[in-house]
Amino acid sequence: MNPRIAIATASRVLTQLRRDPRTIALLLVVPAALVTLIKFVFDQEPGAFDRIGGPLVGLFPFITMFLVTSITMLRERTTGTLERLMTMPLAKLDILLGYGLAFGVVGTAQALITAGVAFGLLDLQVAGSTALVILLAIGNALLGMSLGLFVSAFAQTEFQAIQFMPAFVFPQLLLCGLFVARDQMAAALEAVSYALPLTYAYDALDRVTSDGSLGARGTVDVLVTCGVILLALALGAATLRRRTP
Amino acid sequence: MPNGLNAEPAVAAESLTVVRGDNEVLHSLSFTVPHGGITGLLGPSGCGKTTLMRSVVGVQIIESGRVDVLGMPAGSAELRPRVGYVTQAPSVYGDITVGENLRYFARVLGADPARVDEVIETVALHEHDRVANKLSGGQRSRISLATALLAEPDLLVLDEPTVGLDPVLRVELWGTFTSLAEGGTTILVSSHVMDEAERCDSLLLMRDGELLATETPDGLRSRTGEDDLEDAFLALIRQREAA
Repeated sequence: MNPRIAIATASRVLTQLRRDPRTIALLLVVPAALVTLIKFVFDQEPGAFDRIGGPLVGLFPFITMFLVTSITMLRERTTGTLERLMTMPLAKLDILLGYGLAFGVVGTAQALITAGVAFGLLDLQVAGSTALVILLAIGNALLGMSLGLFVSAFAQTEFQAIQFMPAFVFPQLLLCGLFVARDQMAAALEAVSYALPLTYAYDALDRVTSDGSLGARGTVDVLVTCGVILLALALGAATLRRRTP
Repeated sequence: MPNGLNAEPAVAAESLTVVRGDNEVLHSLSFTVPHGGITGLLGPSGCGKTTLMRSVVGVQIIESGRVDVLGMPAGSAELRPRVGYVTQAPSVYGDITVGENLRYFARVLGADPARVDEVIETVALHEHDRVANKLSGGQRSRISLATALLAEPDLLVLDEPTVGLDPVLRVELWGTFTSLAEGGTTILVSSHVMDEAERCDSLLLMRDGELLATETPDGLRSRTGEDDLEDAFLALIRQREAA
């Protein structure tokens, strides 16, 4: 591993993003706009906005980072630049860490703006600390990024990569407990939900926003989420091949 | 040819066989690329030139046989800074500028930042501040070539670098290859145009995944009795088919 290469890669990815101001605007503005939308959808039920809004502030970075990372990495694979990097003296993890750094920065900016709008302008009330919600949001951005890097290996085209959203992310959103408490689902679905990373990410957010603190279970949630990030990065590194057929 | 007539070959392949999907693409090839000078890999499109070059660079999964590059198995980690590879489609980041592309790869390679300006000069590319996608295909190819030059590789593998370029640019690029070779770099360059064979010190002639000959351009002429290299190549194919 070589921090010089990871940092160079991060700054290259950020330069690529900077050349695409529309994507930056969408990344930074859309989650805040959606939280605003939800606020007024639940106009007559302020309690519901507080219950859903808090976790959503943390979940948006997961969704957008998953999408952005899987497409960026797919481009790297299809344009031949990844193959070029693989012929150079670097470790596969250097590239992935570079991506992690770059999208960590973007995810942090996104989480800060979304949280700023939700807590500052929309008067979102959560039981726990808003700083902890923002930290969990950044963790979710990294989770989305690492899963996006990994699944990009299974897409040959950008169309396919986009379809991983409904195929891979929506079921996790439905089963994580955001819409219906998991113990009220069909028993089989509840069992499946234990195998999905977003379940743990959501549970940690829910504990902070509803109970006021992570507690022991929430701490386990955070550890599981960190484990999944590392596992997905390792699996992602395994999909980068120096030799291909 | 210049440099090291007696040195060991830059590339030595023995019974190299590559299978892609259900097809055997390279059929037990054995060849050497001499140290120094320009070796041309010539043959029609689809004959396996790219696969052979990928095997030399070490990015191709091979079925059997071996390829040694600069005395080490192809693809060894120690070779990565010493072998430059330019794919046929330019592998550059289209959404950042020429300078940003080269500075990034220079940092990855740990090359002296001053090399960026030198390689831009070498490939005669004067659009530092333009986004790569706004440039022509030929200009993007030259960014790709410049990237491969950053680490001052001992072996430069170039896959059809002049395809689709206008004639003036082709001549310029061949001039660049010649001066790199004079500077001591070994160049393995593929082409499907026989008139480029003229500019090579030695030739590997390929057809349908087999090597027809490894010769110098003059050796090929005297062997076939043809003056024109295109005709010589044809004569070689007829000889092979008659045999």
